[in-house]
Amino acid sequence: MHLLEPRANPSVIMRWASPALAVLLTLFVGSLLFIALKKDPLEAFRVFFIDPLNSAYGWSELLLKASPLILIAQGLAIGFKARIYNIGAEGQLIMGAIFGGGVALLFEGTGSSFALPAMVLAGALGGALWGALPALLKTRFNAEETLTTLMLAYVASFLLSWLVSGPWKDPGGMNFPQTVMFAATSQFSMLADGLRINTSIFITLAAVAAFYLFTKKSLLAYAITVGGEAPAAARYAGFSSKRTVWFALTLSGLTAGLAGIAEVAGPIGQLNLNISPGYGYAAIIVAWIGRLHPVGIVGAGLLMALLYLGGEQAQLALQLPAAITGLFQGMLLFFLLGCDAFIDYRLRRRKRRAVVATKPAVPVQEAA
Amino acid sequence: MIDHLIPILAGTLAAATPLVFAGLGELVAEKSGVINLGVEGMMLIGAIAGFAFATQTGGGAGAGLIAGAAAGTLAATLFAILSLSLGANQAAAGLALTIFGIGLSAFIGQSFVSYSLPGLKPLDIPLLSDIPVIGRILFHQDWVVYLSWAVAVIVAWVLAKTRLGLLLKAVGESPESAHAIGYPVIAIRYGAVLFGGAMAGIAGAYLSTVYTPLWVQNMSAGRGWIAVALVVFATWKPGRLMLGAYLFGGMTILQLHAQGLGIRVPSQLMSAIPYAATVLVLVLISRDRKLLQLNLPASLGKSFMPGG
Repeated sequence: MHLLEPRANPSVIMRWASPALAVLLTLFVGSLLFIALKKDPLEAFRVFFIDPLNSAYGWSELLLKASPLILIAQGLAIGFKARIYNIGAEGQLIMGAIFGGGVALLFEGTGSSFALPAMVLAGALGGALWGALPALLKTRFNAEETLTTLMLAYVASFLLSWLVSGPWKDPGGMNFPQTVMFAATSQFSMLADGLRINTSIFITLAAVAAFYLFTKKSLLAYAITVGGEAPAAARYAGFSSKRTVWFALTLSGLTAGLAGIAEVAGPIGQLNLNISPGYGYAAIIVAWIGRLHPVGIVGAGLLMALLYLGGEQAQLALQLPAAITGLFQGMLLFFLLGCDAFIDYRLRRRKRRAVVATKPAVPVQEAA
Repeated sequence: MIDHLIPILAGTLAAATPLVFAGLGELVAEKSGVINLGVEGMMLIGAIAGFAFATQTGGGAGAGLIAGAAAGTLAATLFAILSLSLGANQAAAGLALTIFGIGLSAFIGQSFVSYSLPGLKPLDIPLLSDIPVIGRILFHQDWVVYLSWAVAVIVAWVLAKTRLGLLLKAVGESPESAHAIGYPVIAIRYGAVLFGGAMAGIAGAYLSTVYTPLWVQNMSAGRGWIAVALVVFATWKPGRLMLGAYLFGGMTILQLHAQGLGIRVPSQLMSAIPYAATVLVLVLISRDRKLLQLNLPASLGKSFMPGG
């Protein structure tokens, strides 16, 4: 049962090889799954990973889906470093959409060019508030943020559901649970004709740069990392863990809120019940696959976005359920955590002589 | 008034039963020092496994519950390998299990959306069900509700009175000492986690084969997370866990009867109440740090790698 023994030093190679290994293992199990479903695995992988990218439209969709994932994961990664697990980013995304969308409805019919900036600010505020609430509950009342953030995500989704089917419902919307479409002045403008990618991508790009500088240059970022890895040392150095909780949860709420307003003022253009296909949860995986590193997260976000697009393609071309995306996401995270074990541990070397003696025989047999 | 109350209270027991099973399972795992945030995922895997097995074999709810328990145990094994054998962070591994369970159950469930099952008829317990009012509430239930009471009694008894319970608590309090004395810490934790998986699987299968009885994507709707929160609320005591589960069962039932009772709150906001209440309850319990510290298994959430 004791297969592992600790390494003298954590393996730097494994730290970055682990995500690649996890992807390979996911692809391997994925191809077994495709074979079991009587689909040609090569054909399936082409549909999943190549077809979505063979047009400008496909690349635009990839960036459109990667943008919220990257934005949210940047914020989450700061908390994860400090072992503060905000797993309710989905709720903070929804609150960002509600606050920002509410402002859009206030500006309805004015044609004011202040509408969009006000919506973005409101979206950031809504997300930050929904993240700050669990921070208050944690610092003041000691309540676990894993459970409170997640429960508040459910509350946010019911709040959205009430707003769009009650007070904010579009009176001319044939009774669908949705608001009116936002005016053009309340939407991000498109970057190119016929593509859905819009100027909100610059928010994500700015965030990546800001988070990169923050983690490299700021003492606060250092204090957060130390606080996660060696809480006693952090306390000794005078780094406050309460401040870290407030900062991490509010900041990750803010980025999720921005992602929320970018969705509703972007490709969706209104508030309805389908404003997110689980970006808030998928971003958790993105943060881990990206090694909690601002640039790593960009790569992981693109990969996860491709998984979403591939799932949609697979549904159309192979008649596979779209839920296959969720299955792959889960497998990826499982394999990542498994591979991560080998950063700090290695396989225990057998002490029994007989086992050692047979070891060289294995590669020889393989060669033959 | 009493005519209104009897169906509400009786319905509360059925609504709470998944929380009782899942909560008791998580309580046992946490007593051994392992926090498994994968309850929601294990419930969903149990729900689809139970539903698929019951519809394909025609074996009914009983067969469904057994299949659910088996599937939940398998799912828990994945978590156990990651967090116990490979030393992965327990919070991350549990979360991975939940994300995986949501995806897997939705994937398999796509072929089962149009099916339905007959559910279970209430089973009157002789004599007891004839007691006025109380008999109609407590002893006019399906047999799985009675089973949940039996499991609660057994868990409470094992934890309080047996050597196994003592061993479990020793491992949860101080895995290092238990290991030094020669107890198989990892094996005991495996046992506790797999038991938790079986219970969560039964909880999910109860939802899909008895309570609803349909397969709906994401049908556990956060109940797995509420079960985790209930264990904190219960300060790791089975009796209090039952109390908490029935409290929350009552809230879910209340929203179904809200209109009949003349409550004019929009249904979406009524639906949010159990989740908001979970936050409130966590705050009320957690603010008393001493109470929590006294009852919290000391090694909860910390990896233990023997030979490390």
